[in-house]
Amino acid sequence: MSESTGDTEDRERPGTIDAVPVRHPGRWVVVAVIAVLAAMFVHLLLTNEAFNWSFVFEAMVQSPVLRGLFMGTILGTLGSMLIGVTFGIAFAVMRLSSNPVLSGVAWVFTWFFRAVPRLVLLTIMGALGVLFPKGMALGFPFGSQLMDLLGMSGNLTFVTLDANQLFGGLIGGIIGLGLSEAAYMAEIARAGILSVDEGQREAASALGMSNGKAMRRVVLPQAMRVIVPPTGNETIAMVKDTSLLIGIPVINELFFQLQSIGSRTYETFPVLVAAVIWYLLICSVLMAVQSRLETYFGRGVGAASRAQTRGGGLFARVRSMTGGTS
Amino acid sequence: MNAVMPLVHAVNVHKDFHGVEVLKGIDIDVAAGEVVCLLGPSGSGKTTFLRCINQLETIQGGRIWVDGELAGYVEKGGRLHRLGEKQIAAQRREIGMVFQRFNLFPHMTAAENVMEAPVHVGGTHKAEARKKAVALLERVGLEDKCDAYPSQLSGGQQQRVAIARALAMEPKLMLFDEPTSALDPELVGEVLSVMRELAEGGMTMIVVTHEMSFAREVADRVVFMDSGVVVEQGAPREVINNPQHERTRSFLSRIREEEAEHEGGAV
Repeated sequence: MSESTGDTEDRERPGTIDAVPVRHPGRWVVVAVIAVLAAMFVHLLLTNEAFNWSFVFEAMVQSPVLRGLFMGTILGTLGSMLIGVTFGIAFAVMRLSSNPVLSGVAWVFTWFFRAVPRLVLLTIMGALGVLFPKGMALGFPFGSQLMDLLGMSGNLTFVTLDANQLFGGLIGGIIGLGLSEAAYMAEIARAGILSVDEGQREAASALGMSNGKAMRRVVLPQAMRVIVPPTGNETIAMVKDTSLLIGIPVINELFFQLQSIGSRTYETFPVLVAAVIWYLLICSVLMAVQSRLETYFGRGVGAASRAQTRGGGLFARVRSMTGGTS
Repeated sequence: MNAVMPLVHAVNVHKDFHGVEVLKGIDIDVAAGEVVCLLGPSGSGKTTFLRCINQLETIQGGRIWVDGELAGYVEKGGRLHRLGEKQIAAQRREIGMVFQRFNLFPHMTAAENVMEAPVHVGGTHKAEARKKAVALLERVGLEDKCDAYPSQLSGGQQQRVAIARALAMEPKLMLFDEPTSALDPELVGEVLSVMRELAEGGMTMIVVTHEMSFAREVADRVVFMDSGVVVEQGAPREVINNPQHERTRSFLSRIREEEAEHEGGAV
């Protein structure tokens, strides 16, 4: 038995296998059909006058449109996702806590904000001023009632805020969208935390870490691998949902500004195309950021190499699909 | 209590999982510097008892003292008061634990795994902790793997990193929960030899294991458990070569058969 391994040194190493690959004629047929359809689409884009391309590009860079893009769409997305992710993870940790008060509060929050449609929520945010016609008083709870009871004047108020100003603008919109997002992010983060092996928490405890530290240092970094992909999805959905800010109403927003150009100039279709192009551009950038984050949080699990091949792009995918060898 | 209490002093420990009693009154003392192997069939409660010592499980009856300190409670005015989470964490710092499935942190390199507790629990400076981590990894023979992630290491290497990680907090007591059971047979030796060196260095160790040769050669005492009770204990040669109880005898003969089968297969 062992003798056969002895003479491998004398044997020649065989040349690399050069076999005819499996052919996929069906794929080439599909590629041809897709090519024809794509050509027809490009033809439509270039020849149909309703597109009015020069107007599309002109509309895209109008200053109210750009202001709407940066304030309403980009700042709105960043702000609401920041609130959404932070509160979402906090609510997920609360939900999984052994403290019934914390987990109850988290459950009620998720229940409420998942049930209310975002357009309705934002309209309510804009209307909150009705509840506080004299402004919102920040101070001791039930301050004025308490002072009345004690027979004293004053109301224990430190600051009075104008509710209309606070909730009627972009800040109100970001808070509304952010809280709604937190409800969804709480579920995503919960799934992520539950995906981490129980042994990890035990190992952290055995090293003398408190529960909070084990969560921050050991569990959450690993949960992020599961949390990031759906969060990218949520962020992209949020870019589009900023167009609901008109419910507040916030008019400093991409889609509203483009539409108003359309209704002023009667060029209604080109402005829609302009909006689509802007949304495509933003979402493309976000997808690149997401792929970076996935690589970072996948370190040490072999997911890094997987993410890289996945990001190989359309061209690489077409090549592998058709079985071509360049 | 008495002045010379052993490092681990467990008295009449009871533990049940949802009404099923798995520990039915365990009394075990482990002196400082002693190496004790817990033997017994699976389901005998030896792993559960080990986990009770560093409070990964809470006990329903009895007391466990580690280094003179009552685990998990403080006695005031004749009543036990449960310790808070932070105080329990502080008690666990004195005890290192090595798990069957290693449980290394996969998002950190070997050195980062070892540094984690000194930096984020002990408050040691990073550079200093790193130096110490490299020294510990050298001690377990992995100085060239400092920057490797656990997924890039073999099972035996991962378990040695896990031992280094547990040692980083300079524990008074090391607990090993079947440290070689998840390993390929050819990787068992490297882990056992690290444990043997540790024992020779005077570390107090409680080891749940099925490795009879390790128990025979390294342990000062073996404790045989079955169905949640200690059946017999004593010097390894006495218990393993001349067991007094029927349950110990049948367990040992079963283990011997398995070992013989293993060796027979390997030849």
